[in-house]
Amino acid sequence: MEVRDLTVRHGQLQALTAVSLRVDAGETLAIIGANGAGKSTLLRTIAGLHAPAAGAILLEGREVTGLAPHRRVAAGIVLVPEGRRMFPSLTVEENLLVGAHRARSGGWGLARVLELFPWMAERRRQLTAQLSGGEQQAVAIGRALMANPRVLLLDEVSLGLAPAVVRRLYDLLPELLRAGVTVLLVEQDVGHALRVADRAQCLLEGRTTLEGRPADLTAAQVEAAYFGLAAHTAAGGEEPWSG
Amino acid sequence: MVWVNALVQGLLLGGLYALFACGLSLMFGVMRVVNLAHGDLAVLAAYLALPLIAVLHLPVLVAALLVTPAFALIGYGVQRTVIQRSLDVGPLTTLLVMFGLAIVIQNGLLQALSANSRSLDVGTLASASFRVNGQVSVGYLSMLIFAVAIVVLLALQALLSLTAVGRRIRAAADDQEAASIVGTDTRHVFGIAAALAFGTIALAGLAFGMYSSFDPSIGPQRLIFAFEAVVIGGLGSLWGTLAGGMVLGVAQTLGAQVDPSFGVLAGHLVFLAVLAFRPSGLIPARVT
Repeated sequence: MEVRDLTVRHGQLQALTAVSLRVDAGETLAIIGANGAGKSTLLRTIAGLHAPAAGAILLEGREVTGLAPHRRVAAGIVLVPEGRRMFPSLTVEENLLVGAHRARSGGWGLARVLELFPWMAERRRQLTAQLSGGEQQAVAIGRALMANPRVLLLDEVSLGLAPAVVRRLYDLLPELLRAGVTVLLVEQDVGHALRVADRAQCLLEGRTTLEGRPADLTAAQVEAAYFGLAAHTAAGGEEPWSG
Repeated sequence: MVWVNALVQGLLLGGLYALFACGLSLMFGVMRVVNLAHGDLAVLAAYLALPLIAVLHLPVLVAALLVTPAFALIGYGVQRTVIQRSLDVGPLTTLLVMFGLAIVIQNGLLQALSANSRSLDVGTLASASFRVNGQVSVGYLSMLIFAVAIVVLLALQALLSLTAVGRRIRAAADDQEAASIVGTDTRHVFGIAAALAFGTIALAGLAFGMYSSFDPSIGPQRLIFAFEAVVIGGLGSLWGTLAGGMVLGVAQTLGAQVDPSFGVLAGHLVFLAVLAFRPSGLIPARVT
């Protein structure tokens, strides 16, 4: 999947400025960045929830920029949204089944998701309000997998969850990748993101400030790109802001 | 015994109110649309059935089988065009648009068909009744309408809880955006929900037309009964709507037993009492 020069505005605010990225089949790309850097906006725009002011989104060379969200699901782009967004009046199983409506053909189905999360089988008739945050996040991921995504967009999986739970969820990634799913994830927790990703891209105020393989990035580089310290010096000649 | 008779009539009338109110409940529960044109749409459905019964002399059942699906289709169309567009702007716009739709229907009917009062002629069915004893007798028409109401509520409940499309309707009602990113075309699903609602509105409109007379201006008065049944029963619960309809029906007939002019007022008083002491209704929905 490829994103070209994506610019997104929320009213007066320019949330993303000419952001480009490319993620190849079976690869994991992590988008990192501070609060308000535009990470979630990027994923939501790829999923079709925001219309970009400029730029294009391509899936296997085919442009999907103008498609409605549910059509992108059919094309293979599925978002696991920030905050999990369960359907509270539906049971666990019903939540999963809703995700299968526009499923592409492929290996994922109810049986396989229940195999991936064995605890779900015996709790499939419960409402999601009775689940813990980590369990709800697992249902959200399972619900997305039901559509047999080509590209899985994970938005802030770690939000509000205990580190051990987050680790368990991220440990599932290799299995998804083996099944041929491409993962684009957004994380505030840089440690988790760099641990699981093949490549990382850092956003700051809606622009890409750094990209590379986690192994090639130094802590100082990441810190600078994350907080924008290097951006001013690298731009050269700009007066540092002094309040 | 006259009180028992009033009670029985009230319960049966409650079936009609529940049939009428479930569409209002559905549109609010799924799309968050307060359908102020609900009563006028029911009147419109009765006017659509009028030529089928009065001119073509079709049996009532056949007329219902023609008008109900037609009205469901109209519901899908109205949702996809007028209502969805107003929803995209905001809830206040939707309220105003539904109010406008109500006025358009009332005045359209008045202009085209005059203010004369009409009714759907169902022949002897209207007056035939099953006599339990000297003072209690139950009209076949009321029983038929009650039975239709129960069947419709059961069918709606089954559709919403057991079918894939019902699951998607509930999902879209819970969280429209989340439903769209896992593959649900929420506009289409809202259209289906509106079609279901309009179908029940048509049935209720026909039932009202057989029960009593109607004219172009009677819609808003009927709408109040639907609101009252929904609120008494508890928003978002179909069985609550049935309970609410029955409580309202019984309040009206018992009130009318005290004094014929007291019936409607008694219904309003019960409604106000529920609002004051049990604002979530008799059978609140599990999840709001």
